[in-house]
Amino acid sequence: MTATNALKGRKVILHDMCLRDGMHAKREQISVEQMVKVATALDDAGIPYIQVTHGAGLGGNSLQHGFALASNEAYISAVASKMKQAKVSVLLIPGLGTMKELQAAYDAGARSVHVATHCTEADTSPQHIAFARKLGMDTTGFLMMAHLNDAAGIAAQGKLMESYGAHTVYVTDSAGYMLPDDVRARVSALREVLKPETEIGFHGHHNLGMGIANSIAAIEAGATRIDGSVAGLGAGAGNTPLEVFAAVCERMGMDTGVDLFKIMDVAEDIIVPMMDHMVRVDRESLTLGFAGVYSTFLLHSKRAAERTGVSARDILVELGRKKMIGGQEDMIMDTAMTLAKARGLIKDGAAV
Amino acid sequence: MKKIRCALIGSGNIGTDLIYKIKRSPVLEPVWMVGIDPNSEGLARACEMGLKTTADGVDGLLPHVLDDNIQIAFDATSAYVHAENSRKLNELGVMMIDLTPAAIGPLCVPPVNLREHADRVEMNVNMISCAGQATIPIVYAVSSVQGVEYAEIVASLASKSVGPGTRANLDEFTYTTSNAIQVVGGAKKGKALAIINPAEPPLIMRNTIYCLTEDEPDHVRITESILKMIGEVQKYVPGYRLVNGPIYEGNKVSVFMEVAGLGDYLPNYAGNLDIMTAAATRTAEMFAEEILAGKIKLKATEAA
Repeated sequence: MTATNALKGRKVILHDMCLRDGMHAKREQISVEQMVKVATALDDAGIPYIQVTHGAGLGGNSLQHGFALASNEAYISAVASKMKQAKVSVLLIPGLGTMKELQAAYDAGARSVHVATHCTEADTSPQHIAFARKLGMDTTGFLMMAHLNDAAGIAAQGKLMESYGAHTVYVTDSAGYMLPDDVRARVSALREVLKPETEIGFHGHHNLGMGIANSIAAIEAGATRIDGSVAGLGAGAGNTPLEVFAAVCERMGMDTGVDLFKIMDVAEDIIVPMMDHMVRVDRESLTLGFAGVYSTFLLHSKRAAERTGVSARDILVELGRKKMIGGQEDMIMDTAMTLAKARGLIKDGAAV
Repeated sequence: MKKIRCALIGSGNIGTDLIYKIKRSPVLEPVWMVGIDPNSEGLARACEMGLKTTADGVDGLLPHVLDDNIQIAFDATSAYVHAENSRKLNELGVMMIDLTPAAIGPLCVPPVNLREHADRVEMNVNMISCAGQATIPIVYAVSSVQGVEYAEIVASLASKSVGPGTRANLDEFTYTTSNAIQVVGGAKKGKALAIINPAEPPLIMRNTIYCLTEDEPDHVRITESILKMIGEVQKYVPGYRLVNGPIYEGNKVSVFMEVAGLGDYLPNYAGNLDIMTAAATRTAEMFAEEILAGKIKLKATEAA
């Protein structure tokens, strides 16, 4: 295939999400010791960037998003002090995380940041992107739920983030909803408007089983950075499984700089035994991908289903219909209660 | 009946919506609108609505303050210029209502502490933020029954209702609101989260309030206190509505609110705009009533 030949020799920068997106799948209950163990193994396998924070990023410890076992600073400093080559990155969602927290993360050893906004709200990120640059961090603008904006819209939003100082702009398929053509269109549109030195990244979720195919489509269209997580440990059906993706890259002649057998061992020997549930495409995570719902809503909707008697699938479909976005986890219980009242399952809110 | 004459500083969403609210007031009259862009839509609209306008910022207003007997000013500019605006107007005896996150004066949530501020004749009061106005009454309703160790609020705003100033300075919004949850709401620790949702048609402002009580919560008394407080807020924001809750899980109390606006300047989804301008207007009215009744007298602050 010509496409395969065209990618031969291409360099791809892998960014592991096990210790950030994976926190969602672990209800934020990964210990500092486990983080150090995973990160050390990933570092040894040659993964260049490892994201380490609460699942919702800096400022994420909350009733809305759950409390982790340790502070972000404690996780970051424990991991960063052990890294031989990998850089530790963090997630920062404006409206939740602040510049004070970014400074603290930097002081603890973080050197890269994903500054994330919903795919139409890039103009809430200028102060955080500028501050990350001032700190000298590798700075990414991260456009979440990218299926909810068209290619031209994504290009315009990415251009804004570039103007604030982002080195890289990501197309982020938070709902695992996109198909390869959707990814190609958005990445190509970005490539057309961004400066040649500005990189493009893709962050996938595997809810429709498209994580690998979408990441390849992104590279074909000009992306150079790919987020994934070893064994797929992440929200929903997980992120693009990184060991699988690394194997595909190797078959296609792309250069990730990662030792494939070593990350296969990390997946099998360390990550899979850590899982509370098998992170895979099941009925609910498939619903996320099919209905275009934020992957992190998965476990919250299962809990709301237990409390109200409305099925998790019905709650997720309703959240998709109401166009709820990342960060609106409070609306899961609210929506479940409203559905339960309409169905006569509960009398009023206070009855739950 | 005699009215207290007001100036509005900042011709964006908030300033423009304030014109409608103040015009409706029995004790306030909007006289001046201050902007910085002669071509702004806000200034043109203010002019059409019969206000005097200047595009020269607060300095364009100062020479007219005494002649036009301006006694109350609303500042809807930004945290960075508010202190200067306030100093200049306070020196002329104008009381300042601050709708920026500057918060140089005491924080005000009308049903919680407006009375105190009026009694003390504060020359500058701060209105915190839209999310603060929508959620702190509920935090206070819980903390006035029993101790609240931690309160957290989540505000979801329609993208179209959030202006460029707020967008570029989200951290200030977070800091100001989190602090006010403690200082005014009475929680030992406070945290504020904001989400901007671009859905079409736009979603009505939603607010979720979580409180962790120090001891096991008294369900009956807390629910009663919350419902009473909602009634108080509804006096000036009729669209302030309980959607679900309060629900209790251990020491956690959760309340799910919605705020529909009156649809004056922006459509009714922009409850965030309304609750801010309505609270500011309510605050000005309390001061105005006292001034008109001769109970309080505004005093010019000494020039520094």
